[in-house]
Amino acid sequence: SSWWSHVEMGPPDPILGVTEAFKRDTNSKKMNLGVGAYRDDNGKPYVLNCVRKAEAMIASKKMDKEYLPIAGLADFTRASAELALGENSEAFKSGRYVTVQGISGTGSLRIGANFLQRFFKSSRDVYLPKPSWGNHTPIFRDAGLQLQAYRYYDPKTCSLDFSGAMDDISKIPEKSIILLHACAHNPTGVDPRQEQWKELAATVKKRNLLVYFDMAYQGFASGDINKDAWAVRYFIEQGINVLLSQSYAKNMGLYGERAGAFTVICSDAEEAKRVESQLKILIRPMYSNPPLNGARIASIILNTPDLRKEWLVEVKGMADRIISMRTQLVSNLKKEGSSHNWQHITDQIGMFCFTGLKPEQVERLTKEFSIYMTKDGRISVAGVTSGNVGYLAHAIHQVTK
Amino acid sequence: YLPILGLPEFRANASRIALGDDSPAIKENRIGSVQSLGGTGALRIGAEFLRRWYNGNNNTATPVYISAPSWENHNSVFVDAGFKDIRTYHYWDAAKRGLDLQGLLDDMEKAPEFSIFILHACAHNPTGTDPTPDQWKQIAAVMKRRFLFPFFDSAYQGFASGSLDKDAWAVRYFVSEGFELFCAQSFSKNFGLYNERVGNLTVVGKDADNVQRVLSQMEKIVRTTWSNPPSQGARIVATTLASPQLFTEWKDNVKTMADRVLLMRSELRSRLESLGTPGTWNHITEQIGMFSFTGLNPKQVEYMVKEKHIYLMASGRINMCGLTTKNLDYVAKSIHEAVTKIQ
Repeated sequence: SSWWSHVEMGPPDPILGVTEAFKRDTNSKKMNLGVGAYRDDNGKPYVLNCVRKAEAMIASKKMDKEYLPIAGLADFTRASAELALGENSEAFKSGRYVTVQGISGTGSLRIGANFLQRFFKSSRDVYLPKPSWGNHTPIFRDAGLQLQAYRYYDPKTCSLDFSGAMDDISKIPEKSIILLHACAHNPTGVDPRQEQWKELAATVKKRNLLVYFDMAYQGFASGDINKDAWAVRYFIEQGINVLLSQSYAKNMGLYGERAGAFTVICSDAEEAKRVESQLKILIRPMYSNPPLNGARIASIILNTPDLRKEWLVEVKGMADRIISMRTQLVSNLKKEGSSHNWQHITDQIGMFCFTGLKPEQVERLTKEFSIYMTKDGRISVAGVTSGNVGYLAHAIHQVTK
Repeated sequence: YLPILGLPEFRANASRIALGDDSPAIKENRIGSVQSLGGTGALRIGAEFLRRWYNGNNNTATPVYISAPSWENHNSVFVDAGFKDIRTYHYWDAAKRGLDLQGLLDDMEKAPEFSIFILHACAHNPTGTDPTPDQWKQIAAVMKRRFLFPFFDSAYQGFASGSLDKDAWAVRYFVSEGFELFCAQSFSKNFGLYNERVGNLTVVGKDADNVQRVLSQMEKIVRTTWSNPPSQGARIVATTLASPQLFTEWKDNVKTMADRVLLMRSELRSRLESLGTPGTWNHITEQIGMFSFTGLNPKQVEYMVKEKHIYLMASGRINMCGLTTKNLDYVAKSIHEAVTKIQ
C-alpha cells in the first residue's frame, strides 16, 4: 500500500479549466477572456522592446551566475522602492524602508504574510475586499493567518460600494491587517477615486489598522506610474507605515521571470535593518535566494534613463490598448442596439472587467459563441482585439437582450 | 507564465536524470516532478507536503531526522514547514574522521516508525563522507523494516564522482527496493546555474494514481508559495538534457569540474604529507564532493583566518573549489602551520 492512499485529489484550478476548454474548442471565432496575461492587438503575447534591449545588454556582458544575496539584487530592490514610493518620497530618501526581492507578486505577498504571522502579534486577521484575487485567501491561510472581508464591489451598479466599504472598515477591530489593491483591482477593475482613498486613509488611521498594499499593475492601470501609485504614496505621507507587494509580471511583461518585491515602511533606517534581517531568515528556508534574470532585466530598465523612458511609453501603450478596447466594446454594444448601461466597462480599470453577466449568460457565451471567461462574469480585456471586439459585443448583446 | 508545476520538458528530463533512463518507476508511470526554486525550494515543497499529508493529516509531530552534521538550512526548512520534532541521527565520527555507520543504524532502529529521514544522495554536506553501496544497502534494509520515509537531498549529482549514474546509485537502489520517496534535486552546482534557481522535486510512488493525487496537492502548495517557477534556468536545462549533443557536452563539463576538485584533493593531500604535517590526511582524498571536513579545530581555524587570511568554516569545513594550482602551496603551508603551532 501507499503512504498517499488518503491524499485527496486537489480541486481543479478554475481559471486553468477555462483555458483547457478553450484549447479543445475548434470554433475559429473562439476567444479566451480568462487569460490573466496581456495580449497585443493580434492576440499574441507581447515582449516589451525595452526588455529585449535589456536582455541583449545582459547577454553581451557574459555575466556569471553566482548566487544573489538572500534579499536579492540591490540595484533592483532600490529601484523598485523608488518606483513605488517616488523619488521625492521622504520615506525613500531617509532610508526608513526595507525592500527585498520576491518571486513576483505571489512570492512577495507570501513573504509579507509569513512575516506578519511571525512578528505581528496584535492580530491574526487579514481583511480582504469582497471580492479579491482568488489566491489571496490561500496565501494568507497557508501562512497561518485568518481571513475576513470588507464590502467592496456593488454588483447592482458594477462599481464601488463605498459606503459599504467605509461602514465595514470603520468597524474592523483595531490593529487588524487590511489588504488594499493599490490600483486596477483584481477581479473587478473597480478602484476608489482619490477623494475616496483619502477617506479610506483617514478611517484606516483612526482604526489603527496595519495596511498591506498589493500593487501588481503600477503603470499598467492608467498608463501613468505616478497616478497608479498615488494611493500607496498618499497613505505613507499620512504617516501610515504600509507593507507593499509589487509585481513586474504585467507592467514589464516579465511573467515567467518572476520579478517582484516586498517592502516594509519602517519608523527609521535602524528598524528597517532589523526587519530586513528577519525577512532574510524567513526567505532562506523557502528558496535560499531569488532568481536573478527577471530582476536584472527590471533593474537595467529602471536604472538606465533611455530604457526607462522607453518602458514608460510601452507600458502606457499597453494600458492605452486596454482602455481603447473598453471604449470599443461599449460603442459596439450600443451599435448592436443594447439598451443596458455598460458604463462600468469604461469606468473600470486595468486588465479585468466585471461585466455583470450572470452564470447562465456566461454559459451561453461559451456554448453558443465559444467565448471563454470565468463564471463570475470576469473578462480579461487583454484578450480583446480590434479584430474580435465586434464579435464579443454581438455575443454579449445576444445573451443579454 | 510556466504551468504551476513547471516546464514539462524540464520536469520529465530532470527526474529521468535522477532515476535513470531504465528506471522501473518511470516505466511504470509512478513518478512525478515539481520544478522548484533550487534544491532549497524542492526541499520546502516536499516538507510542506509531508507536514500536511504524511503519517496522517497535518501531523506536525512526525519526527524528522537530519544527519549530525548537515547543511544548516535543512533544520530551518522543516521547522518553517511546521514540523515540531526535529532530531539528529549519528553520521560523522570525528575521532576516526569517517561515517559512524553503527550510530546511524542504531538511530534508525530506535526511531519511531514512520519517521522522516533526510539522506544526502551523494557528496554529503559538510563532511564529504558518503556511505558505500554496501552501507546504503544496510541503511535501506533498516528503513524498510521500520517504515521510515526516505527524503533524499541530491545537490551534487555528477559533481561528486564525475559520473551521473554513480552519484545517483543510492537513490536508484532505494527505488529498486520498492520505496516511496522524495528526491530534492538541485542544478545549481552541476549546471552552474546558481542564481537561476533551478531545482526539481522528484516523487516516486506506488502507482500513477497515488502520484497524481500527490502532485495535485503539491500544486496547491506551490500556488501559495511562488505561483509558478522561473522559466529561464529550466529552459536551459531542458534544452541541454533533450539534445543528445548538448547532453554529451554537459556530462563532459560536469566531469571536468569534478576532476578539478579531485585533483585539488590529491594535490593538497600530497603536499601535507610531504610537509610531514602531523596527523593523517587520507580523508582529504577519501571524502567526496565540494567540501572537506579537514579536522582543523576552531582555534586552528581562527589562526587560518586571522593570520593567513584563509577563510573557512569554524567546523573546519573547506570548499575544495576555492583551491587552485596557484594557491595550493600557500594553503598547505598554512594548514601545516596551524596544526603545528596550535593545539
